[in-house]
Amino acid sequence: MNSTGTPIDYLPIVLMFLVALGFVVTTIVATHLLGPKRKSKVKDAVFECGIESKGNARFPFSVKYFLVAILFVLFDVEVIFMYPWAVNFKELGWLGIIEMFTFIALLLVGFYYLMAKKALKWED
Amino acid sequence: MSTLLLNIPVTQYMFYFLSFVAILCGMMVVISKNPIHSILYLILTFFSIAGHYLLLNAQFLAVVHIIVYAGAIMVLFLYVIMMMNLNEKDEPNKKVFLKIAAVGSAGLLLLTLVGSLKGAEKMVAAAPLNTNVGLIKNLGQTLFGEFLFPFEISSILLLAAMVGAIMIGKKDPVK
Repeated sequence: MNSTGTPIDYLPIVLMFLVALGFVVTTIVATHLLGPKRKSKVKDAVFECGIESKGNARFPFSVKYFLVAILFVLFDVEVIFMYPWAVNFKELGWLGIIEMFTFIALLLVGFYYLMAKKALKWED
Repeated sequence: MSTLLLNIPVTQYMFYFLSFVAILCGMMVVISKNPIHSILYLILTFFSIAGHYLLLNAQFLAVVHIIVYAGAIMVLFLYVIMMMNLNEKDEPNKKVFLKIAAVGSAGLLLLTLVGSLKGAEKMVAAAPLNTNVGLIKNLGQTLFGEFLFPFEISSILLLAAMVGAIMIGKKDPVK
């Protein structure tokens, strides 16, 4: 335990969030106040110039999207484990590299399976 | 020590603010009729919980919570909602009996939680509290040292999840 810190270290990030949020809110409010407003049936159409919208947007999506998303989440979690390793890279040395490479090798087996099954191929 | 004491009121205000946002958004997740709005409120809840982690000095958890939960898991939730047919005419009728049962079971859960937390403030920590255990550097040293085996096992867990997702989500080409 050689690293110390307090929640107050994150104050700059909180400030950054506040500035970002304030900018968005100010811009939206300012455009509503400053911008001209022209309203007509044509202007308020969903697509002002384009194909007329038909039907409902709520239709079931293909499961392929979900497969891609869940595979993304799994590799995302894998990369998250690299974060504490990267911070401790020098201290852990070769042992850390061996640990991490074992971890990645096991997941590469899954990646190979994914490629062999053509799970990311879009057209059947 | 004096700087730590000075920090206490600010953290306490932050705690109350974050708790308020978390509970409000959590209620809005349940109340809002539109499932997409529910998910947006859930993202806000996750952000406020990440703020709680920061207040507890668990900085790695806070970062992971935002990246994995608010970023990735929420995308999965959105896809699940898109996969279901949620037109208003298909909305299933919710019977009064079901509503009463839901309220009853949720009330029992609340009772259990309150009962288990009652008297918890009198408990004494078994070991002296180390507030720096949640920092990324310290956590990494523990993870790659003491908890090396569970870490390696977690890769097998991820591998199993990957294989399972492909098995279920990908139909085999017709032979």
